Amino acid sequence: MLREGNDPYWKSKAQGYVKKRSRQGSLFSQKALADIEKGAKQWQESVLGPWTRSAGEAAESQTASGIPTKKLYTPADLEDAEYADQGFPGVHPYLRGIYPDMYGGRLWTMRMFSGFGTPEDTNARLKLLLEHGETGLSIAFDMPTLYGFDCDHKRAHGEVGRCGVNVSSLKDMEVIFDGIPLDKVSTSMTINAPAAVLTCMYAGVARKKGVRIERLRGTVQADMLKEYIAQKEWVYPPEAHLRLVRDLMLFSTRKMPLWNYISISGYHIREAGSSATQELAFTLADGFGYVELGLEAGLKVDEFAPRLSFFFNSTMDFFEEIAKFRAARRIWATVLREKYGAKDPRSLLMRFHTQTSGASLTWQQPLNNVVRTALEALAAVLGGTQSLHTNSFDEAWALPTEKAVEVALRTQQIIAEETGAPRVIDPLGGSYYVEWLTEQLEEEAYKYFDRIDAAGGILRGIKTGYLQREIAENSYRLSRRVEEGKDGVVGVNKYALQEKKPIDTLKVDFKVQRSQVRRLKQVKQERDEGKVRDALARVQKAYESEAANSIYPMLDAVAAYATLGEIVGVGRQVWGEWKEPALL
Amino acid sequence: MAKPGLDGHDRGILVLARAFRDAGMEVIYSGLLPSPEEVAQMAIDEDVDVVALSLLNGAHMTAFPRVKKLLEKRGGGDIVVVGGGIIPEEDKPRLQKLGITGLFGPGSSLEDIVEHVRGRVKKERRGEKRHA
Repeated sequence: MLREGNDPYWKSKAQGYVKKRSRQGSLFSQKALADIEKGAKQWQESVLGPWTRSAGEAAESQTASGIPTKKLYTPADLEDAEYADQGFPGVHPYLRGIYPDMYGGRLWTMRMFSGFGTPEDTNARLKLLLEHGETGLSIAFDMPTLYGFDCDHKRAHGEVGRCGVNVSSLKDMEVIFDGIPLDKVSTSMTINAPAAVLTCMYAGVARKKGVRIERLRGTVQADMLKEYIAQKEWVYPPEAHLRLVRDLMLFSTRKMPLWNYISISGYHIREAGSSATQELAFTLADGFGYVELGLEAGLKVDEFAPRLSFFFNSTMDFFEEIAKFRAARRIWATVLREKYGAKDPRSLLMRFHTQTSGASLTWQQPLNNVVRTALEALAAVLGGTQSLHTNSFDEAWALPTEKAVEVALRTQQIIAEETGAPRVIDPLGGSYYVEWLTEQLEEEAYKYFDRIDAAGGILRGIKTGYLQREIAENSYRLSRRVEEGKDGVVGVNKYALQEKKPIDTLKVDFKVQRSQVRRLKQVKQERDEGKVRDALARVQKAYESEAANSIYPMLDAVAAYATLGEIVGVGRQVWGEWKEPALL
Repeated sequence: MAKPGLDGHDRGILVLARAFRDAGMEVIYSGLLPSPEEVAQMAIDEDVDVVALSLLNGAHMTAFPRVKKLLEKRGGGDIVVVGGGIIPEEDKPRLQKLGITGLFGPGSSLEDIVEHVRGRVKKERRGEKRHA
């Protein structure tokens, strides 16, 4: 499963980048470049030099991911740039944006992730967000759901409804989506290990409402590679989860054509402590992994690549984040075309969702987090995101209150309505610094692809802990830099104050667990046990046969009110559980 | 060091493990997803001085006290228990009353955390001498 390294393509890309291109197709004439280089040198020596000597020498200067920076960028830093590599929006290589008119035709989707307490609580929050003008739903689940345990399981004790909504059976999904028109909304569900079960449940709710599953629009995250790399919400060993991803991929391609059955996520890779370059490289490497998975399953690249979508983080190094989004688009389009032979332009478009960084929020002086989120959101918009979640300022303290969520949504609306940022496509395109940094990140990413390949490919890189250790290393570096005062964080190591309980936070009731357990008990009393047993036996048979598609029996099992824990439990029997390699 | 629950947020605990090592302590990390029972048993088997718990999933009010209680039940009542993660202010007094201290949130300095653990172990050992 998935390639085991030694791919000459990555070697040649990594080396090709190191080798300087000729200046033949350069944006700038040879003479102009020579003049600018001379001018920059003169400026450095006779203007900047004396100035900085009198002002005191500045500290070392680098981006958050450690790329050394200069004080000033000029066309001389883009000496080998060709305009064909930048191009136009909606046209290969999509650096400047994936759609011809970008936000001119339609703004990004303001998609706020929510979910807590009982299914009733979440249903009310979703309805409130729809009333406030939000255009897409996004649901957070609690930890038992994410790990595939029912609310009455021993491991679920104390965790039901704590950081998302609990779903133990189809009944809970029916309550969450009560009164919400599934043919009109698009729903994103942040679920990975049990993504196939939740997709089956969503389809089950739609069937009960009389909505054809062909019309369902939405996303499940289902990106298991990044679970092993960063978020660490797995159940089975990687091969078993990848097989379920494959089943979902095949099923969705044929039966739910508007369903994004995977959201290839850099978000968690970044939150786990990686740099922008690692987020870029590991996420795209995962993306190429899923392309290989689809090809191995017998699909043609253009049959499924248009449905692959991405999910990135946006954090505080403003220009580096913008460059990262731009580089990601160009790499994806280039590799899909060159390496995987994609012909359909839709296969080349990197559509992505962005969430502002939770890890950048501080517990100290929490109102400052409104400002951090606004800057991160602006970077995502300038980077050309298709949808955006903005975090609430109180999230280093607890789950957000309604008031804090409203401010976060308003932050996006202010960017959309008041700043003029959406007016011009890729407004930072052509900035000497941003174009230079875009190329730097791209080069670093290609070098990483080659290193991952040399380490045996993405699956091996996960199983040996190589990728996890790379992140842990960077995360420690970042912590040390803050500790040593090399990176300033306001309220933490700069302008710190002693405060007493600066904000009020949301309290989640412990009654949730009791009411969920009660509902589950009732579901089990009312269902047809014989039907459940048959359905689960068919799920088991499908799991045991590598060639079968397990989604069909899972749909039946869900409809018979087999619980999440029962269905995931079948897999625990067949495949066992995963234990991570030692990282320390 | 352990995350006694369904919680994969291991950035903080991995950073702290290195910080404790750099401060000269011996660190045993449980790996992800142990139950409170497994954490308590491991602590007793390994004869540790301190159990450091981290949760960012909202389950600290059940999981932290459970580890503490199990330690006491199994003869590890002298093991110092500290914690951290996303711990709302109003939860802290109850945990502190149980003897679970620190309760550091995001943005805490590594040095403060290391000092806190050192301080508690010193106090525990002084208490031991008095009793002896």
